[in-house]
Amino acid sequence: MALKAKNQRLILALLAVVAIVGAALLAMSALKDQAAYFYTPADAKKDHVEVGRAVRLGGMVQKGSIEREADGVTIRFVVTDNVETVPVRFTGIVPDLFKEDSGVVAEGSFQPDGSFVATNILAKHDERYMPPQVAGEMHKTESLDADGAQQKGTK
Amino acid sequence: MIAEAGLAALWLAAALAALQLAMGWMGVSSQRTDLLAAVRPIAIIQAGLTGIAFLVLIYLFVTVDLSVALVAANDASTKPLLYKFAGTWGNHEGSMLMWVTILAVAGGAVAIFERRLDERTLIATLAAQAAIGLGFYAFLLFASNPFARLDPAPAEGQGLNPLLQDPGLAFHPPTLYLGYVGLSVAFSFAVGALVTRDVGTAFARAMRPWVLGAWILLTIGITAGSYWAYYELGWGGWWFWDPVENASLMPWLAATALLHSVTVLATREGLRAWTVMLAVVAFSMSMVGTFLVRSGILTSVHAFAVDPERGTFILALLAIYIGGALALFGLRVGTVREGSRFDAVSREGSLVINNLLLSAILGIVLVGTLYPLIAESITGEKLSVGPPYFNSAAGPLALILVMVMAAGPIMRWRRDDLKATLTRLAIPLLLSALVLLLVILLAPGIRILPLLGLVAAAGVGLASLAPLWGRNLRRTPLYIWGMVIAHLGIAVSMAGMASESAFTKETLVAARIGEPHRVGPYSVRLDDVQPVAGPNYTAIEGTVTAQRGDGKPFTLHPQTRNFPSPQTETNEAAITTVPDGQLYVVVGRADEQGRWQLRLWWKPFVTLIWAGGGLVALGGFLSLIGRVRREMRHAPPREFL
Repeated sequence: MALKAKNQRLILALLAVVAIVGAALLAMSALKDQAAYFYTPADAKKDHVEVGRAVRLGGMVQKGSIEREADGVTIRFVVTDNVETVPVRFTGIVPDLFKEDSGVVAEGSFQPDGSFVATNILAKHDERYMPPQVAGEMHKTESLDADGAQQKGTK
Repeated sequence: MIAEAGLAALWLAAALAALQLAMGWMGVSSQRTDLLAAVRPIAIIQAGLTGIAFLVLIYLFVTVDLSVALVAANDASTKPLLYKFAGTWGNHEGSMLMWVTILAVAGGAVAIFERRLDERTLIATLAAQAAIGLGFYAFLLFASNPFARLDPAPAEGQGLNPLLQDPGLAFHPPTLYLGYVGLSVAFSFAVGALVTRDVGTAFARAMRPWVLGAWILLTIGITAGSYWAYYELGWGGWWFWDPVENASLMPWLAATALLHSVTVLATREGLRAWTVMLAVVAFSMSMVGTFLVRSGILTSVHAFAVDPERGTFILALLAIYIGGALALFGLRVGTVREGSRFDAVSREGSLVINNLLLSAILGIVLVGTLYPLIAESITGEKLSVGPPYFNSAAGPLALILVMVMAAGPIMRWRRDDLKATLTRLAIPLLLSALVLLLVILLAPGIRILPLLGLVAAAGVGLASLAPLWGRNLRRTPLYIWGMVIAHLGIAVSMAGMASESAFTKETLVAARIGEPHRVGPYSVRLDDVQPVAGPNYTAIEGTVTAQRGDGKPFTLHPQTRNFPSPQTETNEAAITTVPDGQLYVVVGRADEQGRWQLRLWWKPFVTLIWAGGGLVALGGFLSLIGRVRREMRHAPPREFL
C-alpha cells in the first residue's frame, strides 16, 4: 500500500504528535511525582512524603544523636532543621566528614513509622566528587545552622 | 613577549573571522566570485593563527611562566609534565581557548577537504562557522583573556585541583570538546544549506562525517566518564543523572538522531527539513552543555569557578545562534521541498520512529536538567530532580527504542511488509523467548526491568547481526560493519546494565583482621590496614585477600585518601576484573573494637557496559573510515587557490 505524499506526511505528523504528547505526559507525571526530590525534615512533615519513595533528606546531624549498632556498619542519627527532626538509620560506610552538628544529605526513603532509612550518605564538604545538585543542597543545609557556628568552606 | 604574541595571534584570528563572515556574506548574496574565492584561504589562515595562540598557551604552561595570571593560578613547577600540559585546558580560560581552536581548525579543515558541496553553499557554511567563532573570540578577548599578565609574578604557582590530576581527566575535556565542535560544523552546514536553499544529498554527505566524528567522540567521552565515576567515587554506580553528565548526554542523543536522519537524506533524499532542524538542535545541545558547565551555574569538578557575567555571555551567544538559526529555518523551511516518499513500514519509517523516540528522550532529559535551574531563577526555591524521574520517564522509551533498532536495519528502504519483517525477526524473537525462559528458571524473583533488559539484549544483539546474513563478509562495505558493530554494542551495554542491576551481590561488614567474608563466588579476608603517604595526600590502605572457590588467592589494596588542602576525601576502590565480572572492594573506617568497615561488591558482567560503549564508538569509527574513503574515491579534490 503505497501511500500518497499527503497521507504519508499526515501519518508522520500524527506520529510526531503522539511521541511528543506521550513524552510530555511521561515527563509531567514523573516530574509531579519526583520533582520534589529533596526535603528538609519540616518539608517532609508538611508534604507527607509517601512511604517508600526514593528521596533525599537534608539537614544537620543533631548533636549527640549518632549511635552505632553492634554490627559495626549500621548507625542511627537524627537529622534536624531546627523545626522538625527525623530519625535516620543507615547501613554502610559513612564519609569521613560526616559528623555531629554538620550538614548531611541522606538518600533513601521514609518508613511507615516516620523514620528514614538511608541507602547513601553525603556529608558536608565531602569534596570527593559530588553531584552538583547535592552541592546546592549542601548549601541549603548549611544555612540551617542557626547558632552561626557555620563552618567556613575550605574552597 | 611570548604571551603577547599569543594574544596578538588571537586578535588577528578574530579579525579574520569577521572578514570571513563579511566576505562570505557579500560573496554569497552578490555572487561575486572574487569574494567567494577569498573565503577559503581566510578560513585556513584563521585556523593557523588560533592554533598558534593555543600552542603559545601550552608553551607557557609547560615552561611555567608565572608572570601570566592563568599559569600562576593553575600550574606549578613541581607538577608532573603531563599535568602541566593538560593543565592548559584544566581551567576556564584555557578550555575556552581550546574550544575556539578546535572550532577554527574544523573550519579550516572544511575549507581544505570539502569536495562535493556546491561552492556557494560551502562559502555560506564557512561564513556561518566564522559567525560562531566570532562570538567565542569576543568571549575570550573581552571576558576571559587567557594571556593576561600578573605583576608582580609570584614565586610559585597554585597548582591544579587534585581531583583533576588523573590521566583520564586530562584527556576527557578535549574528547568532549571535539564532539561539541563537530556538531557546530554540522550546524554551519545546515545554516549554509538553508542560506542557499540547497538542502540535498550533497549537503547531507558533506555533513555526515562531521556528525559521525562528533558522535564517536561524544560516545567515548560519555563511556569514559561513566567508568571514571564508577571507579573513582567508590559508590559502585555508573550513571548518576547529574547535570554535568546530562550536558554530554543531550548532544549525544541529538547527534544520534541526526546521524540516522542524515543517512536517510544522503541515501534516500528524505527527511530534509527534519535533518536541518536536528542539526540546529544538536548544536544547541552542545551550547547548552557548554553553558551548564562553564557558566558557574553548577558547582562540580567540571565547572570552574566563574562569575555570573560569563554565564550571561554564553547564554546571550546561545540565544543569538539558536534564535538566528531557528528564524532562518522558519523563513526558509517552505522552500525546502519534501524529498522522496516512503511507506510507514520501511527502513525510513523505522528511522523516523528512532528519531522521534530519541527526541522524546532528549526532551525528557532536557526538562529534568533545566527545570530546577529555571524554577530556582523564577521562584528562588531550590529544587532537585533526581534519578527516579529520569529512570521512570526515559527508561520505557529507551527500551522501545532498542527494539526499533533491532527491526530497522533488516527492513527495506521505501516500503516493506510487516509480515516479512516479523519473519526475518523470527530467530531473534525465539532467542529472546529462550532467554526469558532461562532467566525465569535460573533467577526467579528477578525484577521486571532487568529481565526485560536481558531479554531485549539477547534479541537485539542477534538481530543486529542480521544485516551480515548471507553477505560475503570480506566484501561487505565498512559502513555496514560499522552499523552492525555499533548496534551490537548497544545490546552488549544493555546486557551489562541489566546483569549489574539484577545480579550484583553486596556484602557490608565490620571486618576483623583475618576473618573471612563471602561476596558472590568469592571468599574475602582483610589481612592488614596500614597508613601510607602519597605525594600530596595521606591514606589508609587495606590489604585484602580474595579467593574464588579453590582458585588462586590474590590481593587487593583499597585506599581511603585524605587530601589536606582543600580537605577532600577520596575512596580508591580496589577492583579486580575477571571474564564474568568485577570484584569491587572499598575500605572504610575502624570502629572502637578495631573492626574495619569493608564494602564488597560482586558485579557480574558489569564490564559489558563500557565494552559496549567501546563497540559503539568502534562501529562509528569503521563507518567513518568507510564513508570518507568512498567520498575520496568518488570526488576529485577541489581546485585550490
